Amino acid sequence: MYRILERKDLNSDVVYMKVDAPAVAKKCEPGQFIILRVDETGERIPLTISDYNREEGWVSIIFQKVGKTTYLLDTLQQGDYILDFVGPLGIASHTDNMSRVCVVGGGLGCAIAYPQAKKLFGMGLHVDVIAGFRNKSLVFLQEEMKRNSTNYYLMTDDGTAGEKGMVTKKLKELIEGGANYDTVIAIGPVVMMKYVSLLTKEYNIKTIVSMNPIMIDGTGMCGGCRLTVDGQTKFACVDGPDFDGHKVDFDGLMQRLSMYKEQEKHKCNLFRGIE
Amino acid sequence: MAKINMTPEKTKMPEQDPDIRNRNFLEVATGYTPQMAQEEAQRCLNCKHKPCVSGCPVNVNIPSFIQAVAQGDIEKAYEIITKTNSLPAICGRVCPQETQCELPCVRGIKGEPVAIGRLERYVADYMLAKETFIADTPKPTVKKNKKVAVIGSGPAGLTAASDLCDMGYDVTIFEALHKAGGVLVYGIPEFRLPESIVEKEIERLKAKGVCIELNMVIGKIISIQELHEEEGFEAIFVGTGAGLPNFMNIPGENLNGVFSANEFLTRVNLMKAYDPSYDTPIYFGSHVAVVGGGNVAMDAARAAKRLGAEQVYIVYRRSEQEMPARAEEVHHAKEEGIEFRLLTNPTKILGENGWVTGMECVRMQLSEPGPDGRRRPVVIPGSEYVLKTTSVIMAIGTSPNPLIKSTTEGLETNKWGCIVADEETGQTSIPYIFAGGDAVTGAATVILAMGAGKKAAAAIDKYLDK
Ligand SMILES: Cc1cc2nc3c(=O)[nH]c(=O)nc-3n(C[C@H](O)[C@H](O)[C@H](O)COP(=O)(O)OP(=O)(O)OC[C@H]3O[C@@H](n4cnc5c(N)ncnc54)[C@H](O)[C@@H]3O)c2cc1C
Ligand SMILES: Cc1cc2nc3c(=O)[nH]c(=O)nc-3n(C[C@H](O)[C@H](O)[C@H](O)COP(=O)(O)OP(=O)(O)OC[C@H]3O[C@@H](n4cnc5c(N)ncnc54)[C@H](O)[C@@H]3O)c2cc1C
Ligand code: FES
Repeated sequence: MYRILERKDLNSDVVYMKVDAPAVAKKCEPGQFIILRVDETGERIPLTISDYNREEGWVSIIFQKVGKTTYLLDTLQQGDYILDFVGPLGIASHTDNMSRVCVVGGGLGCAIAYPQAKKLFGMGLHVDVIAGFRNKSLVFLQEEMKRNSTNYYLMTDDGTAGEKGMVTKKLKELIEGGANYDTVIAIGPVVMMKYVSLLTKEYNIKTIVSMNPIMIDGTGMCGGCRLTVDGQTKFACVDGPDFDGHKVDFDGLMQRLSMYKEQEKHKCNLFRGIE
Repeated sequence: MAKINMTPEKTKMPEQDPDIRNRNFLEVATGYTPQMAQEEAQRCLNCKHKPCVSGCPVNVNIPSFIQAVAQGDIEKAYEIITKTNSLPAICGRVCPQETQCELPCVRGIKGEPVAIGRLERYVADYMLAKETFIADTPKPTVKKNKKVAVIGSGPAGLTAASDLCDMGYDVTIFEALHKAGGVLVYGIPEFRLPESIVEKEIERLKAKGVCIELNMVIGKIISIQELHEEEGFEAIFVGTGAGLPNFMNIPGENLNGVFSANEFLTRVNLMKAYDPSYDTPIYFGSHVAVVGGGNVAMDAARAAKRLGAEQVYIVYRRSEQEMPARAEEVHHAKEEGIEFRLLTNPTKILGENGWVTGMECVRMQLSEPGPDGRRRPVVIPGSEYVLKTTSVIMAIGTSPNPLIKSTTEGLETNKWGCIVADEETGQTSIPYIFAGGDAVTGAATVILAMGAGKKAAAAIDKYLDK
């Protein structure tokens, strides 16, 4: 049982939780994730470790309410317990051969990108962050991102905060303006990662994307998380979650993510009391 | 001298009707009554040379436990079995008896061998049903004040932990999943091995004093070296199994509707997707093709049928004779309406809009026996055809997970990724690390994994006594 030390709502859909998990905190690195199960009848779902403190023994997660399990998790308050919490899983993000980096986060992806930006900036690199949201009310981690980047650019689809437009527009502008990035890290909806990768391919800038297929065990045992990278099958939970954006088959991933859409929608609606 | 029952056939074990059981997850065979057990026990001739014992990988003293059953002394029978086999309720259900203890049985020459597996199960179930089963667990009588870690809670790990605990060691099992039992809980389905049985055995281990830490992926949260150097575990047993699923590497394998048997069975067993009160979903559509001919394939096919698939195929490239599955499982699968497409090999999975719609197959024939005596399947040219199906489950084998190797410097493995360990002691290239079960042999059987756990426990005791 893993105790929730703190929880706060970052916006109407996104929740932050600090969880007591000393052994995970001792070992984890940015880019790694945990898998949790809320209760006995629950699903196992993966969530990125967004921050950690080795001395105090906690790790934090940020999640978006999208389905049954995340809505269920949302019902837990400070002092409640999560039944299972396993990690750190996946390979920590690589930081070699980088000096000028652009971190692109789309929506919830900002939560997953944050620990990487923090680490790279902490290493003294030039780190620009482009954060994209649908509108002003959804913006989160703005202060944290600002503190951990050289430049922070906020984009919204409707222009209610920051600049109006998509993250790719800003990225193109910065590249054209001579930002001279050697690496782009893109984390967000699969479509966003696809279009960022298509763009950076034109400029031949190394691009790392974080893949989020459906997972169960997170240890390489089921193969449910497989995706195609450079024509080869990879298991995201053990070979990733970070992959070369120029080699990932994004369309295949999107297809696999839709596998349980209908069933999940049904369970979620039942849980939320929606017809 | 007890009376001998000369009936040539085994005493039948009551079973659920095939057309009823293929719609539920309750156990297929319901077990002997005391009278049936006695009748069957009386079929044993109590041969002096005990051919059955040499057929048992852990050398259970079979004739003497069967004599105890014949005399109605089930507690004594249990004591005899558990001298060498600590998980009889499990082995009685899943061991391939027909190729082990029952194969050399003298009664098998003219008729069927004694139903050793069914009797073993009877004895164990009798004891497990007692309310005091867990409370009665004998506690270790000595204390060594030395810590030993066991990685993985499958049959190899459970057996090693049990023996080491009896010897007086402080034993901690580290398990990656949220439930202990290994393949016994995530792979083998409820209708063949009820989870409550595995749970009771695990409760018994805990009652003895074994500590079980779940959600601990060794190599990620802590390495074997750190367990040894920082956490004070003087010896470590690795029983991490062979959990990495193989795929065929044919086109279409990443379509929606293609699973490894591990994924399918994990959703069904560990995550209980068959029970609507659990959240984990499962998909299979109307038609399911399971590729493979082992126990894993039979389990996946029979689980799919129970979940409501209209048509379930077993697609296997050799003939029935070569099928590695237990004979009883093949028999049960057929009774339940699973269709066998033998001498058939998939070449391509077909799809529309990203979802499986069929599987292209070729027919095979068996070649003349080669120098090794094995008949190889070869393709019959021009025999391609399409099997209509909405999902495909790959049950074509597993290999050991590379995680332990990649995080333990100096641990030797062979070209299949199996840990290299001494056959008698389980000791690896690193003296304080011992290993056994599927992690060493590749996918094998419960009883072999238990045997390896037992040998390693004895060897660890010797190693730490120095
Ligand atoms: C390595 C990894 C790290 C992740 N990190 C985070 C994180 O830090 N914060 C966060 O909010 N989410 C993260 N996710 C996604 C998260 O796991 C899913 O949102 C979650 O499983 C949804 O569960 P649910 O029961 O609430 O929704 P479901 O009912 O299962 O799904 C609702 C919708 O989400 C889609 N979906 C299902 N599973 C996933 C998935 N794994 N990824 C994306 N969409 C999915 C479904 O297709 C469906 O449309 C991560 C995923 C992976 C693989
Ligand atoms: C579907 C199916 C049906 C089968 N049917 C039969 C049958 O009828 N009869 C028979 O005799 N055999 C059968 N087998 C084979 C048998 O189950 C295995 O040979 C046996 O379970 C191997 O035991 P083990 O202890 O070596 O490993 P496993 O049972 O595989 O257990 C290994 C455990 O280690 C854990 N683990 C792995 N890596 C780590 C890590 N890094 N840190 C912590 N924990 C870790 C795993 O999660 C798992 O719980 C079947 C197998 C399957 C999959
Ligand atoms: S989640 Fe099971 S193999 Fe990756």
